[in-house]
Amino acid sequence: MKWCLIFSGLLLYVNVQATEIRHFDDADKQQRYENLIKELRCLVCQNQSLADSDADLAQDLRDEVYSIIQSGKNQEEAAQFLVDRYGDFVLYRPPLKITTSLLWLGPFVLLLIGASFIWRQAKRRSTRPQAPELTHEERQRLQHLKEKLGR
Amino acid sequence: MRYLIPFLVFVTMVVFLAIGLTLDPREVPSPFIGKPAPRFSLPQVAETGKTFGNEELQGQVSLLNVWASWCVSCRQEHPVLMQLARQNLVPIYGLNYKDERAAALGWLKQFGDPYRTSAFDADGKVGIEWGVYGVPETFVIDKQGVIRYKQTGPVTEEVLQKKLLPLIRELEQEKTSS
Repeated sequence: MKWCLIFSGLLLYVNVQATEIRHFDDADKQQRYENLIKELRCLVCQNQSLADSDADLAQDLRDEVYSIIQSGKNQEEAAQFLVDRYGDFVLYRPPLKITTSLLWLGPFVLLLIGASFIWRQAKRRSTRPQAPELTHEERQRLQHLKEKLGR
Repeated sequence: MRYLIPFLVFVTMVVFLAIGLTLDPREVPSPFIGKPAPRFSLPQVAETGKTFGNEELQGQVSLLNVWASWCVSCRQEHPVLMQLARQNLVPIYGLNYKDERAAALGWLKQFGDPYRTSAFDADGKVGIEWGVYGVPETFVIDKQGVIRYKQTGPVTEEVLQKKLLPLIRELEQEKTSS
């Protein structure tokens, strides 16, 4: 019982969000803000989004995003604000450019290479020569054996 | 022959992973390289009445070092900056980032002040304008006030000798147009 209580306490703790409460004048803005901070990377703890990060800078950037959204700008404009200052790196979904083409197309190229390899293997297996024909002698021996076994 | 293809795949992977090991994921390329330094005007750390802004960066090659008294790595690079300041090769300006004035002044008094002037960016807004994400950072700015290089993390003796000084010498050669 005691352990059960501690465990449920831990579960509750995990559910507490680190992000502060923001007030927006309409729900649409709130939605935009919440979508954005999940899509933007914190530069201090690079594997966390702005929404997840507790870093000081993440907090400041959330403030910036908040005031941009609050001023009525859309998601792209707010994201562009950060891209102008920190580069494409802040976007978890980088745009398709020459420098990011390997990132975007690489997996498909590897998939194609893998698929063509399997296809070639399969083809080779299906066209493998059949077992050689039996000679006249061999056939006679086979017949002989069959008769002997009573078939 | 049978093992050639797996072997080549293995070699390719090793090469890619080896390249990966030499890269520093913390180093994010700055979008400001080759672009004019973002506009700013801030009070100075030492003299509250005076401001410091882009005008001071015009017409000369300069360094803008982002620092704070709470920043541990700043202490590490500090002797290097002090030495550079003594050599008088390039003016070093400071951007005191998200600090408290008393703490900043105390820090400069205790360890020495390599800066011509330090601007006081209490709320870090100018830091965001400049794309600062990890103090210390050092920007090399040319005579036109264009950012030419950014060093993220402490300026070590090696960084100074291999990157900053050669670049500064090169930029000194450039003519001031206009």
